[in-house]
Amino acid sequence: MNTLATAADHAAPDAALPGLFDGLRAVFQRDLRIALRRRSDTLAALVFFVLVVSLFPLGVGPEPGLLRTMAPGVVWVAALLACTLPLSRLFADDHADGTLELLLLSPHPLALLVLGKVAAHWVAGVLPLVLVAPVLALQFGLPASAIGVLVASLLLGSPVLSLVGSLGAALTLGLRGGGVLMSLLVLPLLVPVLIFGAGAVQAHLAGLDVVGHFSLLGALLLLALLAAPAVTGAALRIALE
Amino acid sequence: MTRINLFHFAAPARFHALAGRLVPWFGSAAVVLAALGLYVGFFVAPSDAQQGEAYRIIYVHVPAAWMSMFVYLVMAVWAGVGLVFNARLASVMALALAPTGALMTFLALWTGALWGQPTWGTWWVWDARLTSELVLLFLYIGFMALHGAIDDPRRADRAAGLLALVGVVNLPIIYFSVQWWNTLHQGASVTLNKAPSMATPMLLGMLLMSLAAWAYCIAMGLARARVLLLERERHTEWARAALHPSAEAA
Amino acid sequence: MNTPGLVLESVACTRGGRTLFEGLDLTLSAGQWLQVRGANGAGKTSLLRLVSGLLPPSAGEVRWRGEPVAGQRDRWCRERLYLGHEAALKDDLDPLENLQSASLLAGWPASRAEARAALTDAGLRGCERTPVRRLSQGQRRRCGLARLLLSRSTPLWVLDEPFNALDADACRWLAERLGEHLQRGGLLVLTSHQSVPLPPPARELQL
Repeated sequence: MNTLATAADHAAPDAALPGLFDGLRAVFQRDLRIALRRRSDTLAALVFFVLVVSLFPLGVGPEPGLLRTMAPGVVWVAALLACTLPLSRLFADDHADGTLELLLLSPHPLALLVLGKVAAHWVAGVLPLVLVAPVLALQFGLPASAIGVLVASLLLGSPVLSLVGSLGAALTLGLRGGGVLMSLLVLPLLVPVLIFGAGAVQAHLAGLDVVGHFSLLGALLLLALLAAPAVTGAALRIALE
Repeated sequence: MTRINLFHFAAPARFHALAGRLVPWFGSAAVVLAALGLYVGFFVAPSDAQQGEAYRIIYVHVPAAWMSMFVYLVMAVWAGVGLVFNARLASVMALALAPTGALMTFLALWTGALWGQPTWGTWWVWDARLTSELVLLFLYIGFMALHGAIDDPRRADRAAGLLALVGVVNLPIIYFSVQWWNTLHQGASVTLNKAPSMATPMLLGMLLMSLAAWAYCIAMGLARARVLLLERERHTEWARAALHPSAEAA
Repeated sequence: MNTPGLVLESVACTRGGRTLFEGLDLTLSAGQWLQVRGANGAGKTSLLRLVSGLLPPSAGEVRWRGEPVAGQRDRWCRERLYLGHEAALKDDLDPLENLQSASLLAGWPASRAEARAALTDAGLRGCERTPVRRLSQGQRRRCGLARLLLSRSTPLWVLDEPFNALDADACRWLAERLGEHLQRGGLLVLTSHQSVPLPPPARELQL
């Protein structure tokens, strides 16, 4: 009658040893696999990004000097929108089919599971944007070195967009407002990333040093990596009670 | 956890009664202080050598700006208490302060624009402080929007509370980044920071207006908290009694 | 060291201003099962979510193995299995991937062979590699329930309407699995609209 008691007792000490990052890796691989099988979603965000960037010259005229000055800001704002709008669905799908609760019920630390999800979303949904950005920057006549700085700033800053965006997604899980409400919450918090990211490229164009900008971006990334997943986990628990 | 006197007024009914007694005091104090402050600021204090009469708007602008930031901090603290200790009254206090803080922010922005017009000829300047106030306004609106979008009051309290805490941590970072952005982009700093060096009547006027703003925010916060509390607890005995005193008397 | 046992002490649950239940006291020991009954909206799902830890009680305490669950998160999460209304399957993955992912997240990673065996036992032989979105409702339910076969060392099973949408064969199969679990000394909490083909429960709760 007591087989379960003894079985659990014997198994528990060994099972505690599996790596800290096992859960993270499992969620990351699973979500990446799903994202790759659902390529149309990724494509939509990419097209949106290109579209928004292409609208600006239509709005302000094709004068090359103006476009070159605008380019960093335009690309960064478009990246902000293209990254954060699709994020509102990050947890919504899992919530609908019941798999979100698997994360909450798991013995693995929720913060690491959330990090795995956000990482998978970044690789599948945001990295393509960063890789396409150079092409768009060429449209705006940015010199090659400035494009390099742009890509580097995006690489450093876009994970922060995903991490803070995931917090917004968790807070607005299942609410009527949807993506717009989430953007309202998240975009003010992302102002520093925008300023330092676009500012880096502008500083480079002006011939100034970009080390300061990149250090600050790096600091923001570190802060986001350490704090955002845990806070997002807390927000998920609140949302699912 | 032993009950200390601190929690005596955490009971909604007692808080409602206490707040009801305090609101008129703070309200009248606000009116009196504001009248005095405006008188000193607009009539007693000398006009500025560079900016003439237009600078007097700072007697409204600066206290409003200070309160907008201070109220956000207080709001975040209450929201944090409500989140950590599961205290409903703390969350109600945070929710009550939000619209007042947003109003202060809006007032600061508006008076900033009014100051900009005669001084710089434009209705809006992308001054570091004004831009930060704009972002702060969005943070307030976000808090209220999130709370309003969630039906369940407890979930609304806790989600918005979490957002307020995240906001308050981000606020210094945002201010710093906007400051950085402003100094990098403007050679000649178009800034409203250049408040004239303060003579004593000016300081007095500023002090009076700051106290007035502070008293106003407390009065409005308490008043709104009472209403919110009544709404949430409308099924309980004391709330019914408070809402229908005539019926009780009869 | 201590035997598996679930204790609810003065537990209360308030949702959206409504008090669903309060002052609930309950003790469940090894080999016993609890059936929760009640009308729709009475709070059966809330109680199950409360027992599984998804929902904190508004009052009272839940204890596992004699200690409050809040202080033993790792052990509690490993020793409790919760299956809700939804089958908790990702449509884009196949049953094998779903099962392996779910069991890893639950703390008891299953090998490919074990997962395959579980799916065969659950009657899904041949469908292991079909994306879940192409399976029928009944097959999805079976896939969700296949997790039970990989949770043999999990003492506490909390199941919300497990017999829903199952045909007679599947019901029989599930009843056998539940019976085996109880024989092994496991604990079971479940709700069901239908009559449950198990020996009478040690406890019944009417909400």
